[in-house]
Amino acid sequence: MTGAAALMLDLLLVVLVAFAGWAALAGRGVFRAVVFFIAYGLLVALGWVRLGAVNVALAEAAIGAGLTGVLLLATVGRLERAGAARDVPLMRGAAAWVPALAGLAVTGALVWAWFALPLPESPGPQLAEALPRSGVENPVTAVLLNFRSWDTLLEAIVLLAALLGVWMLGRDGDWTAPLGLRQHVREGGVMAGFGRVLPPLGLLVGVWLLWAGADAPGGAFQGGTVLAAVIVVALMAGVAAPPGVDALPLRVALVLGPGVFLGAGLVLAALGAGFLTLPEAQAKAVIVAVETALTLSIAVTLAGLVLGPPTAPNGAAARTPDGARP
Amino acid sequence: MTGADPFLPAAHAPDVYALGGAVLVGLGVWGLLALRHLLRRVVAFNVIGSGIFLFFGAIAARGGGEPDPVPQALIITGIVVALSASALAVTLVAALAQRRGGAVLPGEGRQPPEAETDAK
Repeated sequence: MTGAAALMLDLLLVVLVAFAGWAALAGRGVFRAVVFFIAYGLLVALGWVRLGAVNVALAEAAIGAGLTGVLLLATVGRLERAGAARDVPLMRGAAAWVPALAGLAVTGALVWAWFALPLPESPGPQLAEALPRSGVENPVTAVLLNFRSWDTLLEAIVLLAALLGVWMLGRDGDWTAPLGLRQHVREGGVMAGFGRVLPPLGLLVGVWLLWAGADAPGGAFQGGTVLAAVIVVALMAGVAAPPGVDALPLRVALVLGPGVFLGAGLVLAALGAGFLTLPEAQAKAVIVAVETALTLSIAVTLAGLVLGPPTAPNGAAARTPDGARP
Repeated sequence: MTGADPFLPAAHAPDVYALGGAVLVGLGVWGLLALRHLLRRVVAFNVIGSGIFLFFGAIAARGGGEPDPVPQALIITGIVVALSASALAVTLVAALAQRRGGAVLPGEGRQPPEAETDAK
């Protein structure tokens, strides 16, 4: 591809991203806005490929577009049941200028910052020197699970905290009910077919992304997200019944990742290497153990976040669309 | 550019995507302030987030060569945290809608009445 053609492609992609973003915000209808947001996420993922960040592209496509999209679509469904999915017209008059000016000012400041910022130091030499001792060849995985593993440990705990927050918003009387809304699946329909075909494929792709992430684009978050999608599809298609919050396997799966991560850090500290400081000889083994446990926990936690709080079947069954009550 | 690594960013890519990111952040800020339906505000929050990530990722790709992996790792962390925050936010919106029959903050007007079930 010549330079001019590549520039045209990138400019076209940016214009498309901006248009999809605009349609997701200002287009008519909340449902349509969510659909445009999913398209927007996929276009942004293409942008990440063009920036040479394939790891980020995978995360954006799987999490930013995929799981967030399912989450927003499920919320539109909940709001429809509560009679709150109707769109609200935009503000008019003088007050409408304030948000427009604020947005323009922020964009202007960022553009100014881009040209005013000094060129960052290239990470080349230090990284090239440290990478062979990290235990993995994918530099992003090396950063996530070795050089800056503190960030990743705390992130795993943030995920868990968010899930607890979502569960706390369930109604008291629903606490022992299964997670999420009941789905009504027509036998032999599209969803039932998806439920049989997609989970095995997704399982394969998710485990591959986890394993390949050591040396190629992929990793615990991308693999975990695909596995979360497998769980969500299987539950939506009625292949498996959602558990309640007090199910022991669920609780074990939720804390396994952060637990193994924290445990590895403490063991390394006790051995004298320092908390989460991986010695070169054991780095690969520790990273594989932590990543595997983390992938399982990420998958279950993300699926839990998308499913929502425990909900009693009588309150929101698919058979009674007017089941919403104040 | 034939034969080059297809994943190596072109020389112009950081500039193009940084400016695109800047536009998205501005668009999202406008949406967060101007839109009153709370689910749309969650979408706006996500648009701001991905705009900031693009801007940050463009900085990582500046200067040519392999993009810096540290910002990339931080961005992946950011994408996951944005999903957790969105999940908590939409659950709050749904809880509010169940109690008040609308997905608009009190004092910011009302939702146009629906034909079938509008509480009170």
